[in-house]
Amino acid sequence: MLNEMGRPPRRPLELRRTVNSTVGGARRLDWILISAVVALCVMGALLVWAATLPGDGGDPMESTEHLTRHLAHLAAALVVGLAIASVDYRTVRAYAPLVYLFTLAGLVLVLTPLGAVINGSRGWIVVAGFQYQPSELMKVGIIVVLATLLAEPRDDETRPMSRDVLFCLLVVAAPLALVALQPDLGTALVLVAIFLGMLVLSGASFIWVVGMLACGALAVAAVWVFELLEPYQMQRLATLVDPAADPQGAGYNSAQALIAVGSGGFDGTGLFEGEQTHGRFVPEQHTDFIFTVAGEELGFLGAFAIIGLMATILWRILRIARACDLPYPRLVCIGVATWFGFQSFVNIGMCLGMMPVTGIPLPFVSYGGTAVMANMIALGLVLGVNSRDRGFE
Amino acid sequence: MHKPPVDPALPGPRLGRLGLILAQVVVVALFAALGARLWYLQVPMADHYRELAQANHHQELVVPATRGQILDSSGRAMVNNRTELVVSADYHELQGMDDGGEKVLTELSGVLDVPLKDLKQRMRLCGPEVERPCWPGSPYQPVTLADDVEAPVALQIMERSEDFPGITAQAQALREYPYGEHAGQILGYLQPVTQEELEDREELRTQFTGIDQVGRDGLEAVYDEELRGTPGLRTLGVNNHGEVMDLISERDPVAGRHLITHLDMNVQKVAEQALKEGMENARPKNIADSGAAVVLDVKNGGVVAMASLPTYDPTIWEGGVDQETFDEILSEEAGEPLLSRAVQGTYPPGSTFKVASMLAAVEDGASLRSTYACPGSVSLAGQSYENYEGSAQGTISLKQAIVASCNTVFYNFGYQMWQKDGGLHPEGEPEETMAETARELGFGSPTGIDLPYETGGRIPDREWKRTFWEETREVNCERAEKGYPDVEDPSAAAYMKQLAHEHCVEGFEWRANEAINFAIGQGDVLVSPLQLATAYSSIANGGTVYEPRVVRALAEADGSGMEEVEPTVKGELSADDETLSYLQEALTEVTKSGTGRGAFADFPQDRVSVAGKTGSADAQGREVSSWFASYAPADDPQYAVAVMVSQGGTGGETAAPIASEIYKGIYGFAPTEDSEEVEQGEPVLPDGVPHDELPTIRDDGSIETLEP
Repeated sequence: MLNEMGRPPRRPLELRRTVNSTVGGARRLDWILISAVVALCVMGALLVWAATLPGDGGDPMESTEHLTRHLAHLAAALVVGLAIASVDYRTVRAYAPLVYLFTLAGLVLVLTPLGAVINGSRGWIVVAGFQYQPSELMKVGIIVVLATLLAEPRDDETRPMSRDVLFCLLVVAAPLALVALQPDLGTALVLVAIFLGMLVLSGASFIWVVGMLACGALAVAAVWVFELLEPYQMQRLATLVDPAADPQGAGYNSAQALIAVGSGGFDGTGLFEGEQTHGRFVPEQHTDFIFTVAGEELGFLGAFAIIGLMATILWRILRIARACDLPYPRLVCIGVATWFGFQSFVNIGMCLGMMPVTGIPLPFVSYGGTAVMANMIALGLVLGVNSRDRGFE
Repeated sequence: MHKPPVDPALPGPRLGRLGLILAQVVVVALFAALGARLWYLQVPMADHYRELAQANHHQELVVPATRGQILDSSGRAMVNNRTELVVSADYHELQGMDDGGEKVLTELSGVLDVPLKDLKQRMRLCGPEVERPCWPGSPYQPVTLADDVEAPVALQIMERSEDFPGITAQAQALREYPYGEHAGQILGYLQPVTQEELEDREELRTQFTGIDQVGRDGLEAVYDEELRGTPGLRTLGVNNHGEVMDLISERDPVAGRHLITHLDMNVQKVAEQALKEGMENARPKNIADSGAAVVLDVKNGGVVAMASLPTYDPTIWEGGVDQETFDEILSEEAGEPLLSRAVQGTYPPGSTFKVASMLAAVEDGASLRSTYACPGSVSLAGQSYENYEGSAQGTISLKQAIVASCNTVFYNFGYQMWQKDGGLHPEGEPEETMAETARELGFGSPTGIDLPYETGGRIPDREWKRTFWEETREVNCERAEKGYPDVEDPSAAAYMKQLAHEHCVEGFEWRANEAINFAIGQGDVLVSPLQLATAYSSIANGGTVYEPRVVRALAEADGSGMEEVEPTVKGELSADDETLSYLQEALTEVTKSGTGRGAFADFPQDRVSVAGKTGSADAQGREVSSWFASYAPADDPQYAVAVMVSQGGTGGETAAPIASEIYKGIYGFAPTEDSEEVEQGEPVLPDGVPHDELPTIRDDGSIETLEP
């Protein structure tokens, strides 16, 4: 029991897992988590392929452009993710302010002439043919910096104090404002969700949590009353209530998504066989609405598998968080779990008519280089925590 | 980097652990909700969404069938089709736009070079308050905005479809009339199907093509179903832009059937020309406001030609009619050219009716061998009845009574039959021999021709009188009591009050004067030119009354399934052969020495003998209408010709010459240039006989016309 030496007592449940670990050494990876992510990425790649076939449903082997790029993104992201996983999380923590400022700089950059407008949102930087979406990496930046701030209360304190929370608010407000300028409501919501999730589980005073939620509610009410949202955004919310009310207007996307998913039935039309998918009735079906391709072509079996895999991933990340003794790694895991959980619930919910239409991709599944990279970096952070969290060494 | 160890018992981490377990529970709950929602959509609701999906990417396209042609008896196309490019708009899509389609129409107005105002007018739905041009069809059909569009213009609209939402350009078949303004009322016309028609006729709804037209009059209306064929249905797979991706299923359209008619285009032209010229000759002495000429094949009831004036050019219907033209063709000033006088017009028949009176008299017991007094006037039931221009003929045979058209002989017959039936107060069932004989000849009821809106005419008798009285009694009795305070002239008002009183009290009585006038085709009797031609056909062919038929056969577009329309016998005359022969002889003599002599003076009767009867019918407040009813050749009858010119003068001076011209055309008798002599010219029909065989329709759809 050499490796138990000098460690605080653990609950018996944790014993089994720590038996095989070595101090500061061998990788102790969560293979269930990794398997789930790999399985999800494989399904995602197939769905991206299916979603980008030409309209007449020709030979899939002849239209592999998006697939190839997606696989390239995945490969690059996997390398980066593994590299991050092998870095000591304390090193990352040490560089947290830099990571934050670096990603924030990206958001500033999109507002300069370097930024490009895609789908009505100034959220991209295009350099040498590569499209880079800073707001995706901002999610990583905000997680590490919030984890650092919330995990390191001043001396004698074991929980974040008001000044920590206030500082966090400032830290979140900056990227939030920049994202809102793009405008990208989806990413803004994700950032807020990450912040709230981490705050709730940071041990900060409930007054803060309740106050924050109250502010959120007030903000929503203000948006509603003062009509701060763009009309199209209001309509998206309205059509959530009844997507069929205006199928050719604002409810079109939602209605078509429901038709695609519903018509798939229990076992689906088979991969590459979806007529709704071929007809491009659902917009953005290789990115935001990729779940509808799963719904139509893979049916309940395939689509439920995606939900199950995503739930497994979240469960495992939260499990790792639970095993952490230190607040920083735990908060990193919580941040990542909140991010993935919020995005996948909102995204799938949107495809199933439960959530309003927002431009939020499905982690590990949707096409999109920066998003894949950010997801893998986040996974790398979690795996790094998992392999190294020993309380202290 | 060295931090004090964190005590798990401290509130922070403990709260964290508990929170994380809660978070895991929340994750499971939320994702279970997603799974449940997924199950709901994909298992119980799957069929519902599959239906929606199918509606989504299946576009059903109705492919209109080529409408059948209308051919004359030798296969010449009187109506066929030509294709043209039509620009149309989706009514609901344009209405649904924020500006009501103003922008699209403005753009379109520039491309089509049509004023925006015109396009807007065409987009309105026709209604009582809306003047033409407007859309007479259903709002669920594309509204035709411009027809006969140049190909480059149509192409521009098709290619820039994103600039023209709701606007389509496509090929559309239009009816064409190769011979122009002929037989307009027989052929009829097409109009866009109305919403009411779509709702009324189940089979129309399934055959809805978007640019559907239905026959509104004439053969187009009666044979609409046969001519229309069965539209094809193409189910296309489309994407979200409506772009066709694949053909899912296809049912080819079946072209409509061709109508092969008894009509002969040349005889039709001859009849129309003769009627037109005859009416012109009658003016300005007479009003001659309208006229009709009917040529029937006495052997089967086939309608060889049927002219009605005034007429109109059926091409006005192409692509929607404007308000001016529409008002004009419906107006009384223009003489209501849509109305076929031959089929829909009724007039008192005058002396042409004497064939019925004679047959009735013989039926009633008058002998063919006796002689009858023809004084200048007779006094019957206290009233005096005069011959035409008061001429007296002495004692004459029945034949001579027909030839000279002696009214007094027939007055007597009418009075005798009336008396025999019991006069004003018949005991038991009256025989009504006059009326019954007239009905045998086909008067008083529609002939059954395959054309719409046919009139039945009127044969008056005691029963009709009683029915009429019952219908009008209330009004008459009220007038009898209250008089006519609205009529200014006191004496006229008093006279009308007196009449109303009589009609009120004893209006059901079939009076002697009515029966007497009826016997010479005057009074309440009304017939159509077609009925008269049918009656004379039956006299000519030995007693068979046929239903007149325009259509002789129907054939598929590839010539298969030729279906001949068998002649339909409506009835047989009860007169015996001797009586009919006697009547035929009388009619044959009319054109030789009788009232038709003048009109047929230049007609080579030695080659083709014509039998006929003139008629000059009086109607109150109108000029005399001119009639001639006939058949030829008298010894072996082939054609019956009835001519009527409303307010055209006597039968001998106006109608009979028109009939003579028609016969000349049929048999090819044309006056030579240097003499009054009539020579054999080019007959319109070979040997003066209609084609025995039918024209051939080859399987490639081409039509082999019969050589004359």
